[in-house]
Amino acid sequence: MKRVEQEPTMSEPKKTKYDRQLRIWGELGQTALENASICLLNCGPTGTETLKNLVLGGIGSITVVDGSKVEIGDLGNNFMVDEKSVGQSKAKCTCAFLQELNDAVKANFIEENPDSLIMTNPSFFSQFTLVVATQLVEDSMVKLDRICREANVKLIIARSYGLTGFVRISVKEHTIIDSKPDHFLDDLRLNNPWPELKRFVDTIDIKTPDPIAHKHIPYVVILVKIAEEWARSHNNNLPLTREEKREFKDLVKSKMVSLDEDNYKEAIEATFKVFAPRGISQEIQEIINDSSAEVGSNSSDFWIMVAALKEFISNEGGGEAPLEGSMPDMTSSTEHYINLQKIYQTKAEADCLSMEHRVKNILTNIGRDPHSISKPTIKSFCKNARKLKVCRYRMLEDEFSNPSVTELHKCSASEDYSSAIGFYILLRAVDRFAATYKKFPGQFDGRQVDEDATRLKTTALSLLSDMGCKDFVLPEELCNEMSRFGAAELHVVAAFVGGIASQEIIKLITKQFVPMLGTFIFNGIDHKSESLTL
Amino acid sequence: MADLDVPQSKSRDLDKLLLRPGNLVGPDFYPGTELRDDIREYVRILVVGAGGLGCELLKDLALSGFRNLDVIDMDRIEVTNLNRQFLFRLEDVGKPKAEVAAKRVMERVSGVEIVPHFSRIEDKELEFYNNFSIIALGLDSIEARRYINGVACGFLEYDEDDTPRRETIKPMVDGGTEGFKGHARVIVPGVTPCFECTIWLFPPQVKFPLCTLAETPRNAAHCIEYAHLIKWPEVHGGKSFDPDEPEHMKWVYDEAIKRAELFGIPGVTYSLTQGVVKNIIPAIASTNAIISAACALETLKIVSGCSKTLANYLTYNGGEGLHTKVTEFVRDKDCLVCGPGILIELDTSITLQKFIDMLEEHPKLLLSKASVKHGKDSLYMQAPPVLEEMHRPNLSKTLYDLMGRVQKDTVHVFGTALKNEEKHSSLTKLRVVFKGVDGVTDMDTAIGA
Repeated sequence: MKRVEQEPTMSEPKKTKYDRQLRIWGELGQTALENASICLLNCGPTGTETLKNLVLGGIGSITVVDGSKVEIGDLGNNFMVDEKSVGQSKAKCTCAFLQELNDAVKANFIEENPDSLIMTNPSFFSQFTLVVATQLVEDSMVKLDRICREANVKLIIARSYGLTGFVRISVKEHTIIDSKPDHFLDDLRLNNPWPELKRFVDTIDIKTPDPIAHKHIPYVVILVKIAEEWARSHNNNLPLTREEKREFKDLVKSKMVSLDEDNYKEAIEATFKVFAPRGISQEIQEIINDSSAEVGSNSSDFWIMVAALKEFISNEGGGEAPLEGSMPDMTSSTEHYINLQKIYQTKAEADCLSMEHRVKNILTNIGRDPHSISKPTIKSFCKNARKLKVCRYRMLEDEFSNPSVTELHKCSASEDYSSAIGFYILLRAVDRFAATYKKFPGQFDGRQVDEDATRLKTTALSLLSDMGCKDFVLPEELCNEMSRFGAAELHVVAAFVGGIASQEIIKLITKQFVPMLGTFIFNGIDHKSESLTL
Repeated sequence: MADLDVPQSKSRDLDKLLLRPGNLVGPDFYPGTELRDDIREYVRILVVGAGGLGCELLKDLALSGFRNLDVIDMDRIEVTNLNRQFLFRLEDVGKPKAEVAAKRVMERVSGVEIVPHFSRIEDKELEFYNNFSIIALGLDSIEARRYINGVACGFLEYDEDDTPRRETIKPMVDGGTEGFKGHARVIVPGVTPCFECTIWLFPPQVKFPLCTLAETPRNAAHCIEYAHLIKWPEVHGGKSFDPDEPEHMKWVYDEAIKRAELFGIPGVTYSLTQGVVKNIIPAIASTNAIISAACALETLKIVSGCSKTLANYLTYNGGEGLHTKVTEFVRDKDCLVCGPGILIELDTSITLQKFIDMLEEHPKLLLSKASVKHGKDSLYMQAPPVLEEMHRPNLSKTLYDLMGRVQKDTVHVFGTALKNEEKHSSLTKLRVVFKGVDGVTDMDTAIGA
């Protein structure tokens, strides 16, 4: 009897409503979203657009914090207020309109100024899965970051400013098992077949005189066989040089008996899989060598499994990670394909079983319940063992006071990055400006734009000097534009920046896909936006 | 920090961009209250599609200073739209998308007028599309994009020296999304590449060979497509399959399961069956929001000149980290849709036969065995023989008469061209102008007399 793994099941209406996103992050991802509680600071359009996308997707709960009243100006940039809202609490109004989008979401509001909340009630934030802070000035960001790190609450900062803006994640560490990369080499082991695969390949006669049979041999069989043939005549080596690779391809081609053999065409296309290096990638090597892989009683499940992976690779894995166990589609008879699929699955299951033993041993050794990491989790870890990701983010305070000078220089020397770095500096400079002049450059009076641009430039230069980056040439026109922007929060820019923020939140909460690194600087002028890791 | 100078205004934030001069702006940027007011009064924008992108576009444009919007969509609201099409509620299911979307945005944003069109894009008169300053596309099909692109480029006229006439340019902004990926682009016909110039950006959809489905199925999708494409017509004869009919879908699913069991293939689920049969593209709110925002921002920039514009194609990928890239694609000078075509001046007396002979001699064409098309009408076809015979009588008529006695128009010619000493088939656009016929003057004279 085949045992069927029990997946968590959700109700049919919910499945239909969320169908288009379940196809992306599955029921596990959806459940993670539904268990998450999000806190929003400041209910301008950047904040409400961020939450809009999360509420639609069925996030568990939202709590919006804003101490201001809706002004007429807000009607021109925020979809979550209307004319009746003017004069009322912005937190209350936006919360009500956000709630309308999805009644499955719990929506709360708090009428309080986020800056004073950060100052007076830091423990407030520890109840949330994630805090999204919008339109905060540097001082508040830094304080909030410290609070969130301490409380182990994920933090996303987003800001829209004229035609620019930024998004920055701040979490100590984010580990991903199911990173869902776009293009990833499948795990076929054509260059390193295990005994069962070899045995299967030997049962198939690739010289069969039957033309129908010949054109239905899957390319896995063809390439394993020809690779063996090659190795026998080349001192047990596989093709290395460009010349050898070409010869190998020709060798494959020479085995074709007619031009319409799709399986051979696929084999020729797939020869690079034979040439691929054996063993694990540099990135996985770094992960297993990470100091967190030396586990103790406080280690997370992820790092315990990494520790098991490390043992696996240097023992039964023979330098390889557990086999993924899936195969791409390829021209083949149904019988060959299904048999081959079973061989890959069986090996994957066996690898997973040894990983399970190792995980249990490690758990026992560090004094935890050996069953505390579930079988499906270990299975998913094994299936994705070549795709693991670890993302770490500097504390804002560290980045602000001690930015990576090498990165700064690298970026300022590159044409692609020069406006991004310019905006990065200016987005920080406007907060210094505001601390001095009690307003943002060009905020109120159009006649002061030029004067403020000059002052902003001076502020930015002193910031650059504090950052140890005196020789960076700040483009003049960016200073002028920044002053022209006058701290405007344009709806479309907020929708873009908020869209990015919500997407990153989804990745952090579902623990699927790979979140952005560094600071994303939005460039609404020519759309040459970039991420800076400083 | 209250504003002392200016009274509270709904365009508090937009005014910063529209009233103040800048230095990274478009060539025709004239900041001032007149610009802001003109955008409100005179600019009319058509949003094509009221789905994931369309809903966002309507909201974004309504909050970017535009007051006159139209939206066209032939679809009705479904439950699966609700995870991203934020203007719709459960109780709206079954209602026309365009109508509900227009109503919701007007309720929220006062002063905005949105005219909904619950209609197929093909059912509108071509002139309908000429009413708009810009067309914003929120579509999910290549065919629909091609259609609108063709219509918008159809308004484009060129001067004698092949420069596009400014007043005939109908710009488009186009967005598309799939999961965490998307694109936003600006199409200014005659200036930047049109949809057809870069049609290769959309690779043809991969279809399974029928023999795989019939003989060597290997995965769940093969079993589903077998049930859908082979088994359904076999069993149901003339009754066509309707993907929106749950009974039909269930039947395909059951058959696919049977097939999968027969071959020992795992993985057929109801959800996958729907996905394969309806070719469902996964979609989420955030990507739609990002792409639409980029499109709406470009719309504002094209209209106002308040900033440089995107040149001309933005690709966005948010799955693995966050990557955006701007590519400046170039126009296909010989594009049949947006290109000027080759200018040919003819006498009104020239017959179709003479015209076809001329094409062979024309130094830029060297086109032999030409078939000729005027709009949707074939004037002459070389093959197949039945059609050749049918069109043969046209050869002795004048081209002027065949083209409806207009002073100038476009014809397409298809035949064998000689290029670099090699023969290949070629389709070319020609701008035919008849000598001695001046449409406008003729009219004036007629009225005068």
